[in-house]
Amino acid sequence: MRLVISHSTTYTYSTPVRHGLQELRLRPVSGPCQSVLAWDTEIVGATHQLLFDDEYGNRVELIRLTAGATETVVTARGEVETEDVGGVISSHSGHAPIWLFQRSTPRTAAGTGIRELCRDLAEADDEVTLLHGLSAAIGERVDYVPGQSDVETTAEDALVAGAGVCQDHAHVFIAAARHLGYPARYVSGYLLLGSSEQQDASHAWAEVWLEGLGWVGFDVSNGISPDGRYVRIATGLDYRAAAPIKGLRYGSGEEALHVELEVRAEWESGQQQQRSR
Amino acid sequence: MDVRPGHFDEMHGSGTTVRAPYVDYQDWFADEDPRRLLKKSADAEALFRRTGITFNVYGGAEADERLIPFDIVPRILAASEWAVLERGMEQRVRAINAFLHDIYHRQEILRAGRIPTSVISDNEAFLPQMIGMTPPGGVYTHIVGTDIVRTGENEFYVLEDNARTPSGVSYMLENRETMLQMFPELFTKSRVRPVSEYPTDLRTSLGACAPAASGNRPTIAVLTPGIHNSAYFEHAFLADQMSVELVEGHDLSVEDGRIVMRTTRGSEPIDVLYRRVDDDFLDPLIFRSDSQLGIAGVMDVYRAGGITIANAPGTGIADDKAIYSYVPDIIDFYTGEKPLLNNVPTWRCAEPDSLAYVLDHLAELVVKEVHGSGGYGMLVGPAASKREMASFTKKLKANPSKYIAQPTLALSTVPILTRAGLAPRHVDLRPFALVSPDRIRITPGGLTRVALKRNSLVVNSSQGGGTKDTWVMET
Repeated sequence: MRLVISHSTTYTYSTPVRHGLQELRLRPVSGPCQSVLAWDTEIVGATHQLLFDDEYGNRVELIRLTAGATETVVTARGEVETEDVGGVISSHSGHAPIWLFQRSTPRTAAGTGIRELCRDLAEADDEVTLLHGLSAAIGERVDYVPGQSDVETTAEDALVAGAGVCQDHAHVFIAAARHLGYPARYVSGYLLLGSSEQQDASHAWAEVWLEGLGWVGFDVSNGISPDGRYVRIATGLDYRAAAPIKGLRYGSGEEALHVELEVRAEWESGQQQQRSR
Repeated sequence: MDVRPGHFDEMHGSGTTVRAPYVDYQDWFADEDPRRLLKKSADAEALFRRTGITFNVYGGAEADERLIPFDIVPRILAASEWAVLERGMEQRVRAINAFLHDIYHRQEILRAGRIPTSVISDNEAFLPQMIGMTPPGGVYTHIVGTDIVRTGENEFYVLEDNARTPSGVSYMLENRETMLQMFPELFTKSRVRPVSEYPTDLRTSLGACAPAASGNRPTIAVLTPGIHNSAYFEHAFLADQMSVELVEGHDLSVEDGRIVMRTTRGSEPIDVLYRRVDDDFLDPLIFRSDSQLGIAGVMDVYRAGGITIANAPGTGIADDKAIYSYVPDIIDFYTGEKPLLNNVPTWRCAEPDSLAYVLDHLAELVVKEVHGSGGYGMLVGPAASKREMASFTKKLKANPSKYIAQPTLALSTVPILTRAGLAPRHVDLRPFALVSPDRIRITPGGLTRVALKRNSLVVNSSQGGGTKDTWVMET
């Protein structure tokens, strides 16, 4: 499936910026379930500094906010050809050892709630079924409610509050999976929605490493494993490691965030392209 | 002079004859008036005070700046003895760099089962941000200060590898300078190898590790946490000796993909950053976000290949006390050679059998915290009171993996000058190795630390240790 994406993030500052840096993890890389056909990022109110690969193999761009700017706009757009691999990415790439993904982080530490959730989990014949059960249990316990949580919310907090967004779903799932002894990671990415093309945030889900199978994706928010409608952008131990934009700004003042995201399928041109090949 | 029974004295061996490296010194000493020497000793202290070498001692009074005592009797090593140490250190340093590259890439040594994975995976010193990162020139430990002790004529042991940010080299240089000023005649009589080339060598060695895109004369800067740091003097001293800038985090920022410093001439990109700031504080964007001492973005510039950080972040995984006991395996695995220098036998308290042994033999052992440094948080069994032993037994049982234990070594002694004449005191040695892609330079000599209290085995300056000039003879 060919997906066309346009994702713009606008930060508006109440006082002009003195100095600041932002790491952008907004460049999908080609892999077993996707080929990046074209991609570009455009920045306003900041200057490009670096492009490098981080420890998880994510393509990272560092930008420096322009002194005096009151607004930064980061726009990522491009086309990605995806393949439905049933949520399974069999191989592990890069040098990050699998055991690293068993390390808990402040956002994914298992508290009483997560330990109970794991204890109450229905027995299953195989690991994939067990983990789908976990995903369903989290979906039941944590309602999808935008605005109830923020980027600092921990897995345990979200579970106790019973509300959150895809990021919280992923964190709870990762915390529980690691508590059960599975290496797990956070995935940030895009999702083609059926209903409306305009979205107000990018998506997130989790992947678990299963011996003999590889990395298997679980999208708690939608109760499924990722298919051809998903584009993976970045992975890491948690949101902090894989966040689309992470930064540091010196100076006082508030900032407001606005996201415009469009993911659409390019059915016809995709098929034409295939015919012309 | 008395020799401490059961301990090798480097001047007198185990008897009364003077060992070969000390013969010339002994001849000179015998002709000297002890009162003149004691006066010289006081002069030396005044000289240090003027130069400003002081050291803040943690745990003492607020900002308790005091002098590290200097003893005027040199510690002398024969050329043949030095050759052994030099080869052994070089082997260790090479192996450690190979290990660091491996542990942050394919981890062959774990796949081969030579080190249990848990030793790395449970270790805070393993820095995920270094995964897949090859520093410019492939060098991880640009400066290493290996702590070595001696127990006999031909017995040397490595105590610690100090692969993060070893300090103390300024004492090596200042001690020699002081000796040259006070006793110039000694150096015409004895052919002592100079140490004064260290700053030039440091500059050359760091320059050789600059990113490939740097020019012929790479820009080097020393990053210090600032004047409140206990080793600030050394940071300023080394920057001055190398004729490079001494900078603090707030002097630096990311510009056009490089780390630049503001100077009177404008912004200048830095090729090599000799940082004396710990990993945790190095980059608030990546590590501790409350750090005021680092530079936001420096790790990104590093990963993109735009700067050399010396020593590389994450080198702590090589000199961690939990790894120490595996260094002989590390040497064998990467070089295929037998270790030239001994490791001290080490019990890993994380292993139940070892813990049981350690608890049974506490009175004979030295117990150290795996992540501790500077002689803090350790138990010296033979010198410990019943109460101290009981308290350590509790700590060991509660948290065994935090500790290792080693036998108390019969450290060699070297005489110091006291009012009653020469008296033996225990010493260790920290030579400094400089690593560049093409070669390893080890300055002949190093920092000799001496326990000034009679029979004490603790040489750390933070616990009342002093220093000596260290001589390596030409022949």
